[in-house]
Amino acid sequence: MPIFHEKRQLVTPGDLLAENDYINGENTYKENGKIYATRVGLFDHDDKRIFVVALKSFYIPMVGDTVIGKVLEVMLSGWIVDVRAPYVALLRASDALERPVRPQRDDLPALFDVGDMMIAKIVAYDRTRDPLLTVLERGLGKVARGQTIEITPTKIPRVIGKKGSMITTIKNETGCQVIIGQNGRIVIAGKTPEDERLAIMAIRLVEQEAHTTGLTDRVTEMLRKEKVEKSDKEVAENVPKET
Amino acid sequence: MSQKKPEKLIDEKDIRFDNRKLNEMRPVKIEVGILGNADGSAYIEQGKNRILAAVYGPREIHPKHQALPDRAALRCRYHMAPFSVQERKSPAPSRREVEISKVMREALEPSVFTEYYPRTAIDLFVEVLQADGGTRCAGITVASLALADAGIPMRDLVSACAAGKVESRIVLDLSDVEDKSSDGADVPVAYMPNLNAVTLLQMDGMLTPDEFEQVLNLAVEGCKQIGQVQKEALRAKYVTAKEVATETEEEAEEEAKE
Amino acid sequence: MASMMAAKARAKRVAQLIARGKRLDGREINDYREVQIESGLIERAEGSARVRLGKTEVLVGVKIESGEPFLDTPNEGVLTVNAELVPLASPTFEAGPPDENSIELARVVDRGIRESKAIATEDLVVEAGEKVFIVFVDVYVLNHDGNLIDASALAALAALLNTKMFNYEVKDGEVKIKPGYKPLSIRNHPIAVTFAKINDKLVVDPWLEEEQVMEARLTMTIEKDGKVCAMQKGGYGVFTTQQILEAGKIAQQKATELRKLVVKE
Repeated sequence: MPIFHEKRQLVTPGDLLAENDYINGENTYKENGKIYATRVGLFDHDDKRIFVVALKSFYIPMVGDTVIGKVLEVMLSGWIVDVRAPYVALLRASDALERPVRPQRDDLPALFDVGDMMIAKIVAYDRTRDPLLTVLERGLGKVARGQTIEITPTKIPRVIGKKGSMITTIKNETGCQVIIGQNGRIVIAGKTPEDERLAIMAIRLVEQEAHTTGLTDRVTEMLRKEKVEKSDKEVAENVPKET
Repeated sequence: MSQKKPEKLIDEKDIRFDNRKLNEMRPVKIEVGILGNADGSAYIEQGKNRILAAVYGPREIHPKHQALPDRAALRCRYHMAPFSVQERKSPAPSRREVEISKVMREALEPSVFTEYYPRTAIDLFVEVLQADGGTRCAGITVASLALADAGIPMRDLVSACAAGKVESRIVLDLSDVEDKSSDGADVPVAYMPNLNAVTLLQMDGMLTPDEFEQVLNLAVEGCKQIGQVQKEALRAKYVTAKEVATETEEEAEEEAKE
Repeated sequence: MASMMAAKARAKRVAQLIARGKRLDGREINDYREVQIESGLIERAEGSARVRLGKTEVLVGVKIESGEPFLDTPNEGVLTVNAELVPLASPTFEAGPPDENSIELARVVDRGIRESKAIATEDLVVEAGEKVFIVFVDVYVLNHDGNLIDASALAALAALLNTKMFNYEVKDGEVKIKPGYKPLSIRNHPIAVTFAKINDKLVVDPWLEEEQVMEARLTMTIEKDGKVCAMQKGGYGVFTTQQILEAGKIAQQKATELRKLVVKE
């Protein structure tokens, strides 16, 4: 049962990872009993599975995912939405309005216009058609305020953290509302733009250092340091001028 | 302005006009992930060749009628900049560029898991900024890295290199002036090293069947060498990111002690 | 939808048969379809030939005109090959400028003729660096039933062998045609041999049904002394070096057989 690499070793597409007896997991494929990597990433395995933690990949829609989308087009009975995937998504008017749609009376752009951001859920997706969205559940709908940033989708789990530890830390330290889309988009809404900037800094730090340990502590420390500097600066600016 | 052509391309000691041995490749330098907007990109310098490759995709396909129901459509454009060659080349696609775009696409397609993304397009752009022979091979080498950089799942990297015959000797990696010599031959080859599969094979010139076998084997060896350089280039991108992260970790530890 | 299913079923059948060493049209793995060659049918052209390879039909016309030489070869005439996949030849051909398939076809046929030095281009010079003759080889596909490359290359060779160069004199810098002619000097006879790879087996001269199922194709052009003068891999599949070298051996045999049909001793 040979394995050809050590854990956390960098592998490239086509690298032979293992032979026979293993199941090929994420970012690998099996041919003639041999398992090869399909993406650049870090090799890992457990007793049964061989897999690769990819350095870079893009979002593939999954039914049930919460995503943050941007409206590309308004049509007669719905919207075409960009969800940062190889496929555009469709939000039908019936999945946005709780009552039946009346095309002559209902003003679709008033609900969502081109360029608007929304928090939506994927209700259907398969190989033969584009993903379908809904905004009819709690917590879904148009993004009314705040900023949206994009990170690589593979880092989303790290931004959330074990049992939500990272995301909770960021929310608490900055007082911001943070909504995470599985598709690598994050909405940050704070009391002030400054607070939002801090939250964004924290998320960017997590994105860059996702593969290191002790990250939650470092993020907390970084945020506290920034806040102290900020209030020092405010104190300095508020000192009355000598007459 | 024209370059002076050397009298003989290979001397009696089998040293080529640019001081290379018969089976020596030109110096190669590759960088991955250098363009900001593209999903994946890579750049190569091989001898005087300077070639850039970028990938967009998988993404919505336009025009829609080009969509394939069961896989992604891989589209490839090989293009030479007007200033890339000795005599300015018109920007309009030449017949040569059209043919090369086709064979490049066919060289890379076997490596991509197109069946994972039906009805999308994976668009590859290869721009030759400076040309000195062997541009389709260097282009394939760097296009394959751009695909890997974009995170598109692949069976293997595709490595490409040409071999041929110049002044009766079998040589590796012909530069432009060697390629243009009469009575020679040029055989560009692309190869998937981990799967032992040839994905591009063309030839101009004349070779006996024995000579062809030698040339093919030499080209495949060249491809394997290029494969090593490609892997190093992918690793280098990761290592720099890792170094930055480790430095920050170390700084944090230092500060914690204070 | 029904025709798509039927097409898929037929494709599967073709592949299955080939795995057992048989072909749907009854041929052996290494057999070409029946070849018919007719020369000189277009009087207005300096040379012409029509090849029928099974049901594939290609017509080639050769025209010779005077023009300027290329800058880097002032002492040589010019060869230019063009191919048209005319819409009447197949429901899949559309009218319009040459697409990548017709460009590839023309360039592969061109390579065979050019690299084998079949045409004595140094005999086509009127005034070095100023005026030479250009040999236009125009490939016109009339019916597509597979393996356009081999049929076109064969027709091009037959047309060139049929080509008569007119006598001329130079008056006031202009080329004036005089009565009489002599055959264009053709000193090599390149023959293209194309293989299709289906289910890891190589079959020679694929017809349309096989082309629609094949993973890849490999063309080798062999000149009269057995040297290889052009090669082209096509399609989205792959070949091992072993398969390439084996194809080379078969191509030698096939080229010799096909050449006998075009070049009369």
